[in-house]
Amino acid sequence: MPRRIRRMAARLAGPGLAVTYLSLLVLLPLAAVLSSAFSSGPGAFWQAVSQPEAVAALRLTLLCSLAVAAVNSVLGLVIAWMLVRDDFPGIKVVGALIDLPFALPTIVAGLTLLSLYGPNSPFGVNVAGTPAGILLALAFVTLPFAVRSVQPVLAELDRETEEAAATLGASPAGVVRRVVLPSIAPALLAGAGLAFARAVGEFGSVVLISGNLPFHTEVASSWIYSLSQSGDLSAAAAVSVVLVLIALFVLVGIGLVRRRFGVAESV
Amino acid sequence: MTLDVPEGSLTALLGPSGGGKSTLLRVVAGLETPDNGSIEIDGRDVTGLPARERGIGFCFQHYAPFRHLSVRRNVAFGLEVRRRPKAEIRRRVDELLELVHIEHLAERYPSQLSGGQRQRMALARALAIEPTVLLLDEPFGALDAQVREELRSWLRDLHEQISVTTLLVTHDQDEAMEVADQLAVINEGRLEQVGAPTDLYDRPASDFVLRFLGPVTELDGVAVRPHDLALHREPVPGGRRALVQRITHLGFEVRVDLDVEGAGAAWAQLTRPDVGVLGLTEGERVWVSHSASAQQRRRGGLRDVASLSVS
Repeated sequence: MPRRIRRMAARLAGPGLAVTYLSLLVLLPLAAVLSSAFSSGPGAFWQAVSQPEAVAALRLTLLCSLAVAAVNSVLGLVIAWMLVRDDFPGIKVVGALIDLPFALPTIVAGLTLLSLYGPNSPFGVNVAGTPAGILLALAFVTLPFAVRSVQPVLAELDRETEEAAATLGASPAGVVRRVVLPSIAPALLAGAGLAFARAVGEFGSVVLISGNLPFHTEVASSWIYSLSQSGDLSAAAAVSVVLVLIALFVLVGIGLVRRRFGVAESV
Repeated sequence: MTLDVPEGSLTALLGPSGGGKSTLLRVVAGLETPDNGSIEIDGRDVTGLPARERGIGFCFQHYAPFRHLSVRRNVAFGLEVRRRPKAEIRRRVDELLELVHIEHLAERYPSQLSGGQRQRMALARALAIEPTVLLLDEPFGALDAQVREELRSWLRDLHEQISVTTLLVTHDQDEAMEVADQLAVINEGRLEQVGAPTDLYDRPASDFVLRFLGPVTELDGVAVRPHDLALHREPVPGGRRALVQRITHLGFEVRVDLDVEGAGAAWAQLTRPDVGVLGLTEGERVWVSHSASAQQRRRGGLRDVASLSVS
């Protein structure tokens, strides 16, 4: 029997490790946030998330994140298209630059954006303390998600399908609309989802340029930060839970839409 | 080079891989721009026209299916682009699916089809726009042997049914001989010879065509078809003495390897009854000569091919 047990252990080792790791890193902290959010009862939770400043911050975060996900999906596609389809000296360098926002500490990104597009802007563009500043910061940190999720799919695209569409009478714009976009739509949606989820929780790059003006430019993450600074940890956790739920809702929704595309593509 | 494709014909561009056949096809379709030269369809110069305005049906080697669209929508693509009325599209697509025998697969997606079914879908899609010319790039290249055989004769029948001018590219001489009514042999970007399959087989204009279109052996330094060698038990005028080295039975066909005195190795292709009548055995000596019919046919002059246009 020891042999059978050993075989069983071997079979369970992989999934066991994965589940343990996931639990320690993701599930446990999420559970802790959840329990902290409800530590003073559902009434306190509701109060924390429904007070006007929290609602304003959540609303601003949601709108800015949606806008940035939409804008970066389009521009990310344009950049990915250029990286895949164009060839000019230095294109490899441009390709490598795309990932830099990943590597740059977000607070450094925030400082840099503030010096470039703040009160002392060398171009005379001052978006500090405005929602436009928030959008700028979020666009910067989420661009890699948008580019990197469509780029490989675009590279794998069968060019002959585009030629086939052309011989069948489709104009260049028609080829993009009828063949290219539907083929990359799942990847485009995935990129938008990742960008949105990242934007919802973004703090470092936004906090400096936004100015944190309550009811005007205060995003949820900085509201949570100020709550935790004043010691109201369960209210901070409560607002965080709402952020997580929003992100979850959007990611699941995108997953469902992708499944519909998936059915069409491969069964 | 100049090539005329008669209206309603099925012409095969035949040649070794990398010889420029597919490029020629892509130039005709407008997917590639020629450095010089011109393409005419029905007497109209289309050289400067983009692919979408040429009205050409193109079937890619790997079919290039639109994976996100059902078989029905794939076939309907060209008609939808042309904004035809919905009812007309539906009727037309139904007809085409029936024509290529995949009407039961209309709602499937390309990933759910076999290679042969995808090929049929690609054909229906190309035919939907009622092309003046149908171009097929290695139409059977990606299929396994049995399906290939089946599709070949099916394509032949289909062409008789719809008789659209068709130009197909292949590197397989059997395929070309079976399917096409005109062959154009292309080698290293050069047109070697154009003509009916049997003409080219019997009267090749060059050594290349001779060797490419069928089996070849050498007798006295002259390339001949192995089935154009005759074996005899008695001496014949012009015959050479040869040792039967090996007899290989390949069903109806029998391959006889010979060592010809003073000329080295050669082989003859005989039929089973021939070998039976001769009573051949390995290790004996026979006489070998060119068969009478072969001598008459050998070497027609290089054909004068004066114009490449697609009509």
